[in-house]
Amino acid sequence: MAIRERLSGNEAVAYAIKQINPDVMPAFPITPSTEIPQYVAAYIANGEIDTEFIHVESEHSAMSATIGASAAGARALTATSSCGMALMWEELYVAASDRLPIVLALVNRALSGPININADHSDSMGARDSGWIQIYAESNQEVYDNFLQAYPIAEHEKVHLPVMVCQDGFITSHGVENILLVEDDRVKAFVGEYEPQHYLLHPTQRMAVGPYAVSNYYMETKRAQRQAMLEAKQVILDVAARFEEMTGRRYGFFEAYRMEDAACAIVLIGSAAGTCKAAVDHIRNTTGKKVGLIKIRVFRPFPEEELAQALAGVEAVAVLDRSEMFSGTSGPLGAEVRAAMYQARCKAEVVNYFYGLGGRDITVSDFEAVYDGLETLARTHEVTDMYRYIGLREA
Amino acid sequence: MENTYDFKKVMSKPERLAPGHRMCAGCGGTITVRTVLRALEEDDRAVIGNATGCLEVSSFMYPYTAYEDSYIHNAFENAGATLSGVETAYRVLKKKGKLTEDFKFITFGGDGGTYDIGFQSLSGAMERGHDMVYVCYDNGAYMNTGTQRSSATPQYADTTTTPVGRVSNGKVQVRKDLAAIIAEHYVPYVGQSTFTANFKDLYTKARKAIYTPGAAFLNVLSPCPRGWGYEPAEMMDICKMAVETCYWPLFEVIDGKWILSYAPRHKLPIEEFLKSQKRFKHLFQKGNEELIACFQAEVDKRWDALCSRCE
Repeated sequence: MAIRERLSGNEAVAYAIKQINPDVMPAFPITPSTEIPQYVAAYIANGEIDTEFIHVESEHSAMSATIGASAAGARALTATSSCGMALMWEELYVAASDRLPIVLALVNRALSGPININADHSDSMGARDSGWIQIYAESNQEVYDNFLQAYPIAEHEKVHLPVMVCQDGFITSHGVENILLVEDDRVKAFVGEYEPQHYLLHPTQRMAVGPYAVSNYYMETKRAQRQAMLEAKQVILDVAARFEEMTGRRYGFFEAYRMEDAACAIVLIGSAAGTCKAAVDHIRNTTGKKVGLIKIRVFRPFPEEELAQALAGVEAVAVLDRSEMFSGTSGPLGAEVRAAMYQARCKAEVVNYFYGLGGRDITVSDFEAVYDGLETLARTHEVTDMYRYIGLREA
Repeated sequence: MENTYDFKKVMSKPERLAPGHRMCAGCGGTITVRTVLRALEEDDRAVIGNATGCLEVSSFMYPYTAYEDSYIHNAFENAGATLSGVETAYRVLKKKGKLTEDFKFITFGGDGGTYDIGFQSLSGAMERGHDMVYVCYDNGAYMNTGTQRSSATPQYADTTTTPVGRVSNGKVQVRKDLAAIIAEHYVPYVGQSTFTANFKDLYTKARKAIYTPGAAFLNVLSPCPRGWGYEPAEMMDICKMAVETCYWPLFEVIDGKWILSYAPRHKLPIEEFLKSQKRFKHLFQKGNEELIACFQAEVDKRWDALCSRCE
């Protein structure tokens, strides 16, 4: 029987870490992810797990030590947010190119400046090209479930890539919700023992990690990383299927909410999906208008074809970005969803919104206004702006 | 541990850095690596770490490695943190019964990766007390990128970012004393060495560093023919003069106790160290006598301070 609990997102991740009992966790505190290493340190202090914590002096060293531990043959992880991840930037690329199955518990927070501690996706979106698998959550339940699935994906022989398990700062990380936890023995059986083939501390083999690769070799390493990312798609689905067998909770690349007959759809990532679902239900119940939501769970690898297929019958789409990329046009999700739909010759009109930067609230009525706009767009086919804002004070 | 040093026996140990790497003839860095690795017991296994630098890009060019041991390079500024992770993995895998073999952990960085960009990572690793040895092969500038000044570069050295010119006498500042800074971390072992007396000093200190439990640091003056401007055959003489002039004193700090390894009977004038290196050529031009006097005064001040610490 599943265990009923009430936990914050940070507690849920820390509990998953406790159940997995990984080998090495180097970490440096940063709001709003600080609680994760604190909980782990408390588990260690009370002898509940035998993970070794490394009290590194920065996030750069946190990821550097995580890489060292993983290359040595240990199951390793760290946790961070925002500027902490920005300080790891160089190391994110090293972890991926070294093909190390590291897991990073990322609590999404806006990047400086100005300094801001609240949720947006500028940290992980900036790292979208670093070669990490990225899995996002709407709720505490999802971030817990995603965390349990992270190592089986990362360590799969066809993948060997690091995985970033993302949740929205404060909204998810600090909000306490009801949650169903999986029993310890079932978690252990699901995640399994880590048995790497090649590692620095192998009893008989020697291994060298982190070469200088000249132009004769570099490009093939990047192609191999791409291949691993492609292979990861099936592995992510297989692990999700196994997870569903264990818990009954179903996961894919994204969640399609009331999309069966939808004419207008919103595409977004993260905790705002809960508010958007309330708007969808309200609109459908009060007006009967056919609105729906696609909540992206897996942003890397990007489920391009599957997403285009899910949007094939839709007339108007709003893609909502919770981070800027200052291209002057779309945000990162907007650009990729548009590209996917163009390639699949989807007929829908697409608009892109920026919302929730630095933790700005988004409400049910905000979503209702977006759906209203989509209805007009579906009728007029007049896209007047490539991008719009939700909740911005305009001068 | 043996007290006698048998040069022939030590030099006949198998090499753990294989020939065929691409480091320069007359490079001190590779001599430091070979000497330190020779201090391992032949049957002892080790994981070797490395900061980005000449050594890394010349000894592990894909798909070839010059290392007989397991080896990890991560980036420029994080050799300390990276080996922290490896050493911690070792302890936890042993604790969990997943590993029975014994390993030693040694990482190499140049002065750029150690004194400067990797300073924080090194300080963290030393403070946490990982059972590892960090070896700085100090050639006194960023040599891999073409001899830019570092905080290890001696005053007045001609480098590509402190070039001697009509209104410049080379580097303005005096060098940072990194061995002393690491000693102030109160790690169990710090040693400063270079190539003298058939490598006895470096070999002996490397053995102590490797086989002392806890964090250890070795600072090894490792000349660079391209950056310093000397003929390869002159390297051992330059190292000898660095010690005989007291520019590069040999000392240890064991559990906080400072010990002078060698005091020259007659301290030689600093010109004996400076004169064979092109980077100091301008100091010998007429009118620059004052600069040499300043250099000598700095050496004297530091030597006196060291001697009083070692009393």
